[in-house]
Amino acid sequence: NRIGADIIMALDDVVKTTITGPRIEEAMYRTLRWIDRCIAAHKRPHEQNLFGIVQGGLDPVLRDICVKGLVDRNLPGYAIGGLAGGEDKDSFWRVVAQCTAALPEDKPRYVMGVGYPLDIVVCSALGADMYDCVYPTRTARFGTALIPEGVLKLKHQAMANDTRPIDPTCECTVCKKYSRAYIHCLATKEAMGSILISYHNLYYMMK
Amino acid sequence: MNFSVKALSNGGGRAGLLQVGSCSFETPALLITTRKGLPTFISPDMLSSLPTPDCRLLQFSPLHLLESISMKTISEIGGLHQMLGLQEHVFAAVPRDGIISLPDYQSANKTGASFETPCGRLLIKPVQYMEMISSMKPNMWSTLADEVPAWVSEKRNKTSVDRTLRWLDDCIKSPFAKNTGGAVFGSIVGGSRIDERKRCALEVAKRDVSGFCIGGFGLGESMDERPALLNAITECLPEDKPRQICGLGLPEEVLQGVAAGIDLFDSSYIYHLTLGGFALTFGSEGIAKHGSEDRLTDSCGDGTKINLKATIYRKDASPILEGCKCYTCQKHTKAYLNHLFNTHEMLAHILLEIHNAHHYLGFFRMIREAINRGKFNEFRQKFVATRRDYIIGAASSA
Repeated sequence: NRIGADIIMALDDVVKTTITGPRIEEAMYRTLRWIDRCIAAHKRPHEQNLFGIVQGGLDPVLRDICVKGLVDRNLPGYAIGGLAGGEDKDSFWRVVAQCTAALPEDKPRYVMGVGYPLDIVVCSALGADMYDCVYPTRTARFGTALIPEGVLKLKHQAMANDTRPIDPTCECTVCKKYSRAYIHCLATKEAMGSILISYHNLYYMMK
Repeated sequence: MNFSVKALSNGGGRAGLLQVGSCSFETPALLITTRKGLPTFISPDMLSSLPTPDCRLLQFSPLHLLESISMKTISEIGGLHQMLGLQEHVFAAVPRDGIISLPDYQSANKTGASFETPCGRLLIKPVQYMEMISSMKPNMWSTLADEVPAWVSEKRNKTSVDRTLRWLDDCIKSPFAKNTGGAVFGSIVGGSRIDERKRCALEVAKRDVSGFCIGGFGLGESMDERPALLNAITECLPEDKPRQICGLGLPEEVLQGVAAGIDLFDSSYIYHLTLGGFALTFGSEGIAKHGSEDRLTDSCGDGTKINLKATIYRKDASPILEGCKCYTCQKHTKAYLNHLFNTHEMLAHILLEIHNAHHYLGFFRMIREAINRGKFNEFRQKFVATRRDYIIGAASSA
């Protein structure tokens, strides 16, 4: 409440999707208990939107209980959590699909920790609305730029003499001003490399 | 390039106007340090938030790019300005910088100068240097010099002058020299020997150069012996050409240089301060006007700067410096910067370099104002004395 963010995520109990056993169920029920405690403690419900987070691992039964529990609380928005770990994609999208099918149509759905451009496209097709991910900036710091064709490893020697911009179709200031060859000099070696490639990657994601 | 002296002041300073590219700069001026052509942390869009036109004058070391990009590619792109997206800016190329291109006098030989860089030790010959300059096309460039520390033998020192003069001629007579499009600054060395300094200065002054780049300082000479050396050099140089110097970074050193009649300074001071988390706070009197409660109990500052990493700033919701017009002081607090440093966020350095550059450019502005008012001597004495008093006061109360 003191930080004053417009959207505040409930405190949930997250477990890795790669684990098995009763811990997953424990985390799901705990998440439901904690959402009630968050709601009770929330002193600014008219200024700050408390989003609940659906947990339950990869188990459809647990996920179903959690979704229904959160929907009953009539929150301003809902997140699908506990994914974006090491699970295989076929399990991942099935959980997202199940949750989006069960969440109300007129409230935002936020898939936490997603992600790679392809994952965002898939989740959007399944009815998700909001995403967050360190990927664009983290991969920038490792010298990788995001382009329509996939990724461009600017650190690679092949970039050293390439005078084209990172992405000729991109309208960001980095692509308007700089060549791959120059960014290659900076990538992973200079703070400026991180800054410029991060800028392009974020622009790309927003586009 | 065009340079003219506009005013002289007591105490030796001279105010001038340097017109180069499409810009006019008042001197004495600061050359902002760059790394591979761009500032270390200040992103290009934030660079223009610093005072203009001051922020358009950039120092550049060609050696930064030597192992990372070919000369052919730079030429293909169209040169420095195009490559860096800074077409309106002015670049002064000097091989040496105080950070990642350090002269290594022991590895230099008769064929070329040697520098310690992150890519290892590089030996640069005049012909190779000129090839770099002609593909990069900086607005101003200094000739290759053999810079030696103050303590070398007389023989080594004399050799450095002979070599530097020979390389000067190699550079300006090189076939590449015609293609550079930039103004050539002849390098002057000579260590801490007044006679060699004079010899070198007089010889360089005979050549057809547009300005002078004084090298070999900041390499071991004491602050006390420096004024005599600087004056010996500038007395041998024509009035109507600009003088640039490397290696005088601290405010007191800059004032020494200004008093000797030097116009352009590059400085790694801002860089080192920023890395350490130090923010400049001194005013025109040389020390910060702190409130009495933190004057001498302020264990994290010496009156000229504060260390934002210090715990006392954890809850300080004031800007680094009240009244400072830089982006960082307008938008952020010491507490936030303290947090950024503690969490090792790159943003800490970005915001701090913006403030420090803004502040140091302001210092140069103060110098110019003092010269134009004919009061440079008073300004300098007061600045230095106040800082000494503060240190003495702090030491005696400890």
